[in-house]
Amino acid sequence: MRAPTSLLPLRLEDLGFEAGGRRIIDGVSLEIGPEARTVILGPNGAGKSVLMRICHGLLAPTSGRVVWNVREPANGRHRQAMVFQRPVMLRRSALANVAYGLKLAGVERRERQARAQRALERVGLAHLAGRSARVLSGGEQQRLALARAWALEPEVLFLDEPTANLDPTATREIEMAIAGIGAAGTKIIMVTHDLGAAKRLADEVIFIHNGRVLERTGAEQFFAGPSSREAAAFIKGELL
Amino acid sequence: MMGTIPLALKQAVDLVSGFDPQLVEIVALSLQVSFSAVVIATVVGLPLGATIAVARFPGRQAVIVLLNALLGLPAVVVGLLAYLLLSRAGPLGELGILFTPPAMIVAQSILVAPIIAAFSRQSIEDAWREYEEQLNSLGANPFQAALTLLWDCKFSLLTTVLAGFGRAVAEVGTVMMVGGNIDGVTRVMTTAIALETSKGDLPLALGLGVILMSLVLALNATAHGVTQLAKRRYG
Amino acid sequence: MNAIRRLLVCATLAAVCLTGVQAVAQEKYIVIASTTSTEQSGLFGYLLPVFTKKTGIQVRVVALGTGQALDVGRRGDADVEFVHDKVAEEKFVAEGYGVSRKEVMYNDFILIGPKSDPAKVAGGKDIVEAFKKIQAVQAPFVSRGDKSGTHAAELRLWKTAGIDPVTGRGKWYRETGSGMGPSLNTSSSMNAYILADRGTWLNFKNRGELTIVVEGDQRLFNQYGVMLVNPAKHPHIKKDLGQSFIDWIVSDEGQKAIAGYKIGGEQLFFPNAKH
Repeated sequence: MRAPTSLLPLRLEDLGFEAGGRRIIDGVSLEIGPEARTVILGPNGAGKSVLMRICHGLLAPTSGRVVWNVREPANGRHRQAMVFQRPVMLRRSALANVAYGLKLAGVERRERQARAQRALERVGLAHLAGRSARVLSGGEQQRLALARAWALEPEVLFLDEPTANLDPTATREIEMAIAGIGAAGTKIIMVTHDLGAAKRLADEVIFIHNGRVLERTGAEQFFAGPSSREAAAFIKGELL
Repeated sequence: MMGTIPLALKQAVDLVSGFDPQLVEIVALSLQVSFSAVVIATVVGLPLGATIAVARFPGRQAVIVLLNALLGLPAVVVGLLAYLLLSRAGPLGELGILFTPPAMIVAQSILVAPIIAAFSRQSIEDAWREYEEQLNSLGANPFQAALTLLWDCKFSLLTTVLAGFGRAVAEVGTVMMVGGNIDGVTRVMTTAIALETSKGDLPLALGLGVILMSLVLALNATAHGVTQLAKRRYG
Repeated sequence: MNAIRRLLVCATLAAVCLTGVQAVAQEKYIVIASTTSTEQSGLFGYLLPVFTKKTGIQVRVVALGTGQALDVGRRGDADVEFVHDKVAEEKFVAEGYGVSRKEVMYNDFILIGPKSDPAKVAGGKDIVEAFKKIQAVQAPFVSRGDKSGTHAAELRLWKTAGIDPVTGRGKWYRETGSGMGPSLNTSSSMNAYILADRGTWLNFKNRGELTIVVEGDQRLFNQYGVMLVNPAKHPHIKKDLGQSFIDWIVSDEGQKAIAGYKIGGEQLFFPNAKH
């Protein structure tokens, strides 16, 4: 769903983030456009999650700026959504959790229920609509988180290691859902340290190490032969 | 002492089975006053506790320390302060509610509100740690977040409210000072117990105490049962 | 639907809270600040229904120590004062806080002590001698210590005996700072001497080893007085209703009612209002 004036491209201007005396993000400048699924790849501790939280507005950078293409209006939060590594569900039914996000986005009650129901169907959870969300399995909860994000019909969907805690079957289901959301027109920006997931989902790869962007190329080209030494080592499975 | 307890139990049974009208009046007033006070304290304390838990503002830590310190407010001091406030010679004297049940409700609300606020602040803050990023991501402002958390944590908050009720119904210093323990008007269970003790009728005082404790126990058992049922149905 | 249901519940709660509590507000009533001895002797329980039946005026008694009762009057939180400390009462009137003071009744104080009687005062008729003996052997003595009428009377007796009991504080002279009943409880558990009013004693159930050791001395005479809180100082005082109580209690009918109150066949209070 493209709004008349799109949020994208997103420009990061010389972003820096410091905490506990350490520079976690160090001079990152990027422009992320609407095409393609972007995967931010890197080893643990590279600063990927922090970078994404800064983009989404959950953290403020200590230096530099995050500039969207158009200034978000006050109630425009739902134009971006995020799925976290661990799904966080309210003590309500699956359907109610999805409807909650829609309520915050200002959707009318009747439309809320309908949209929530559709979102559950898209991720294959319609049969669990009335079940308490917190008793669902890990994979089901993560699918529910995706449904909640999808229901908002966001322009940008951030994902932070969405399959890190899931088994292979659940991982596949989540990845299929992500691909589906991307195909419907939402920009996907995903953070992962999992090479397999990156290979399966990425159209372009941004490789990060020690808070710096070391490389940015199309996925095929990256996995065939990365230009940076660190990326090459990372792909081979060596410690950095 | 050994003789007093069986005598007390017998007194308690006699009073209850005889439906002694004075006892009924005293019990009803105790419950009404404390219940009303808890309602007021909850209406004030829950949003306050939730807001402090979720919002960030300068001096927040000092506010939390103060709130926790108010948990130790002696009932008799609250009673004295409320008395000075509500006395005809005091700032709120125009209301003319001293020595009537409304004064007791006001005073007990002051006593119980810190309990509700401080404990709910802790519960909500713990929940906030879990929900903060997700709720911010969905665009909830601090007010909406506070309400969502209050509703989500409703079962643990019920325990807080019960603690508040327990404090209210068990205290004697506050209601004695602002109520005056007037026979038939402001006499509640605790002040009746104090009176009978001072008259030297210890078995009767203890008997009343047994009745009071049984009531509180019954209330807590009921609340627990309702909570368990609701949890099973709604998770 | 959910919101409506919630609103209904709230409204019901509010109604429950208020109904029981508001019912009390409608009647005609006065507030009397009195002492713990008048209430705990059971006199009010006997006397006030008679007054209410005759006049339809409810009487709400706040029972405190004399000092606190007078303070309540100074603040205007009561309509009538009914205490037993003539000196303090006259001061109250002189300072402009009270008007139309009338003497109502008297009872007597008695010296209570343990059956073992370490000071050997039992059966005596001289209270000041008894006090001297108690101090001489340093027998435990419990004092009200709370500026009550009883406390004031006790201090006057020590003064007459030429003794300053405060020197014995922490040793044999124990001040509880509380009402007659709690102080008697303390004496009972300490087996100590204590000055008490007869009314509270007769109604007191936790006697332990205690018994009456000295009584009948003229100096143990305890006068009760009634006053209207000055409406000039506190315009909201129910002066007409309050005055009708005062008029009634000094009338023949009121005085007869006082004389009619007995415990175990024994009369507690002796009406002595002047006409």
